[in-house]
Amino acid sequence: MNRRRCPLSTLLPGETGVIVTLPEGAPSLTRLREMGLLPGTRVEFIRRAPMGDPVEIGVRGALLSLRDAEASLIEVETERAGVK
Amino acid sequence: MKAPGYSEGLVYALVGNPNCGKTTLFNALTGLRQKVGNYPGVTIERKEGEFYSQHGVRLRVIDLPGAYSLNARSPDEAILRDVLLGRRPDTPRPDRIVCVVDASNPERNLYLFTQILELGVPVILVLNMVDVAERNGLRFDVERLAERFGVPVIPMVASQKKGLVELKVAMSRQELPSPKPLLDAMPVPVRGALVRARENLAAAGIVAATASPLEPLYLISGHDPTHYGIAPAAVAMIRLGREQLEREVPGWEDRLVAARYDAIHAALESVVRRPESASATLTDKLDTVLLHKVWGWLALAGTLGFLFYLIFSVVEIPVGWIESGFSALTAKITGTSEVPGWMPDGDLRSLLTDGVISGVSGVIVFLPQILILFFFIGFMEDTGYMARVAFLMDRIMSRVGLTGKSFLPILGSHACAVPGVMAARTIESPRDRLITILVAPLAACSARLPVYLLLIAALVPGKAVPAPMKAGILTGLYAAGIAGVFCFAWLFNKKLLPGAPSAMILELPAYKMPSFGNIARQMAGRAWMFIRRAGTVILGLSILLWGASTYPKLRNADGSLSEDKSAALAHSAAGRLGHAIEPVIRPMGADWKIGIGLISSFAAREVFVSTMSVIYNVEAEDDDDGTRRLRDRLAAERRPDGTPVYTPALCASLMVFFVFAMQCLSTIAVVRRETHSWKWPLFQLAYLTGTAWLLATAAYQLISSLSS
Repeated sequence: MNRRRCPLSTLLPGETGVIVTLPEGAPSLTRLREMGLLPGTRVEFIRRAPMGDPVEIGVRGALLSLRDAEASLIEVETERAGVK
Repeated sequence: MKAPGYSEGLVYALVGNPNCGKTTLFNALTGLRQKVGNYPGVTIERKEGEFYSQHGVRLRVIDLPGAYSLNARSPDEAILRDVLLGRRPDTPRPDRIVCVVDASNPERNLYLFTQILELGVPVILVLNMVDVAERNGLRFDVERLAERFGVPVIPMVASQKKGLVELKVAMSRQELPSPKPLLDAMPVPVRGALVRARENLAAAGIVAATASPLEPLYLISGHDPTHYGIAPAAVAMIRLGREQLEREVPGWEDRLVAARYDAIHAALESVVRRPESASATLTDKLDTVLLHKVWGWLALAGTLGFLFYLIFSVVEIPVGWIESGFSALTAKITGTSEVPGWMPDGDLRSLLTDGVISGVSGVIVFLPQILILFFFIGFMEDTGYMARVAFLMDRIMSRVGLTGKSFLPILGSHACAVPGVMAARTIESPRDRLITILVAPLAACSARLPVYLLLIAALVPGKAVPAPMKAGILTGLYAAGIAGVFCFAWLFNKKLLPGAPSAMILELPAYKMPSFGNIARQMAGRAWMFIRRAGTVILGLSILLWGASTYPKLRNADGSLSEDKSAALAHSAAGRLGHAIEPVIRPMGADWKIGIGLISSFAAREVFVSTMSVIYNVEAEDDDDGTRRLRDRLAAERRPDGTPVYTPALCASLMVFFVFAMQCLSTIAVVRRETHSWKWPLFQLAYLTGTAWLLATAAYQLISSLSS
């Protein structure tokens, strides 16, 4: 199985990943943590908005929308697309 | 009758995440026994109700705004925090808390619950929408959950009133167990630092010495710059405490969040049976279409097209009833040549008919639009589609520093800025909300249309304007309004209210059937709020404008009142004001007669047409003939030197003026109401009318110099 680390924003629709790091201290990321995005949490990249931003992810049974600006700060470990 | 062993008059707070079904539960509990008001100083609804338990015990319930955390990030969340901590003078500190959790999404929902458990107040946990959770394969061992957290746990389907009796019984219990907080999950250095911070704050008298060590944590939340209810000196102290905490335990906040989720995870592992495999839910299937690159836009266009149909076309029906009702009333009072009226002619009758009745009708006439727009918003929010609209439109709005949530208020302002400004309440970020309110009146509202049509008709003297040219100019005027919205939003975002743009973290809730009861309550609440708060201001200003255009009266040489309406208007205060502002409006090509039109149309833009009819003594009739007569009269108007007044340059100048100018006292009243001060409506008036004057002058001078 081919594992790789990449920003959450670079996943393809349908791919899942496990969060490795979120930078500490940024207020918007603290809110994302409070909504359940923590190291070790599995997230699914569901889709991009038709105009490319924001992105929709699935986390802990909820659907969240966040912008590329935040999603690109979150590093995930994922299996290669298609292996899902 | 008070049953022994039950408590009278307890205050319950209802808390939970947004979209957890809290409002449905509140309505199910209290029925019609609720009061809806506003928290002073902020535009957040304050909902309180009461009900009698199965045992005839009266209990009070406060429905608090939905929130994800006590670490407030929006004014809504700050209200929740301040009420729960007993920091608002207008609201009693709740004796007990009912925490509502969406059972289909327990982990995230329980995060707030873990914070609530630590407040030292008895808590009841409601697992709402257990039917949806079961359909998704989630099952709860209610007794083990109750044991783990030390609180009563009530499974419910609030929309079907399932579990309501059990909840009421639990709420009327005299004794509730003390919750078992998950404090033991807190990292040791964090707890130590928090206890020290609390001691410092308690010594300064900012929190009670008995406060939970977490109370200062919420007060020193750095996300909430407003700190309602905390003295400015205390805020500085709190900031200091927060910085100290940051030094002692870097990243303490994030570590605390992680500790809470670990505890939730552990608690749920034993009680929740997870589904073996998640199948695609209805929400997944709907989103595949509604957020699709092609179908998504079509669905959005269809939805918004329907909204426009409602607020432009259908709204005319009730508006027609209201207007004909009030004009029938006026006719009864004034009478006709055959039938005597209820009142003889005179100042009092004029005040009543032209001042009070037209003022009241000017308030009531907004209700159909407000009701329709808020029905639509309520429907979209209740079904979950509203968040999708914000998701689709976010990219466009982010260009000027706003988020997708500003889209609908601005779109609605194209019908009328009054409900549009009120709809900005759905934006949580105070900064985004203010910018949205400030630019909303630039959207070309329907009241501009009659003015535009008259000016376009006057553009080509003596003959009808060709249809393509008419359509082209109208499109241009609407486009100019939209360009204004984006330019000024961008400018305010950069210059007036600089700061980090909102992160736009948005939950896309599961789709569900809307509750028409909830929607109807919200519509009624907004409509009543408008009548009571904005309506009174509109009425007062209408009477003032009536007075200005009536007094002083023009008398003939023999002392009788002049019958010449045009001369009487010119003689009135408004007429004199028209003369007075002539030097100011001359650069944009206008004379004092147009000045009177501009002053009187400050009440509402469409009044410009009827005022110009009075000034030029044209029988004002609201049909094509009336417009044509007025147009021909305008074309015949000459300056003292014999040149025509209504040149293409002047028509263009006036059109530009009406695109930008804040010619609407109802909007001013509503902005005053929604921003809680005169500062912003006056700023808005200044910037919009100033821009209008500058651009109108530029247009007039440019076109005049080109055509001479």
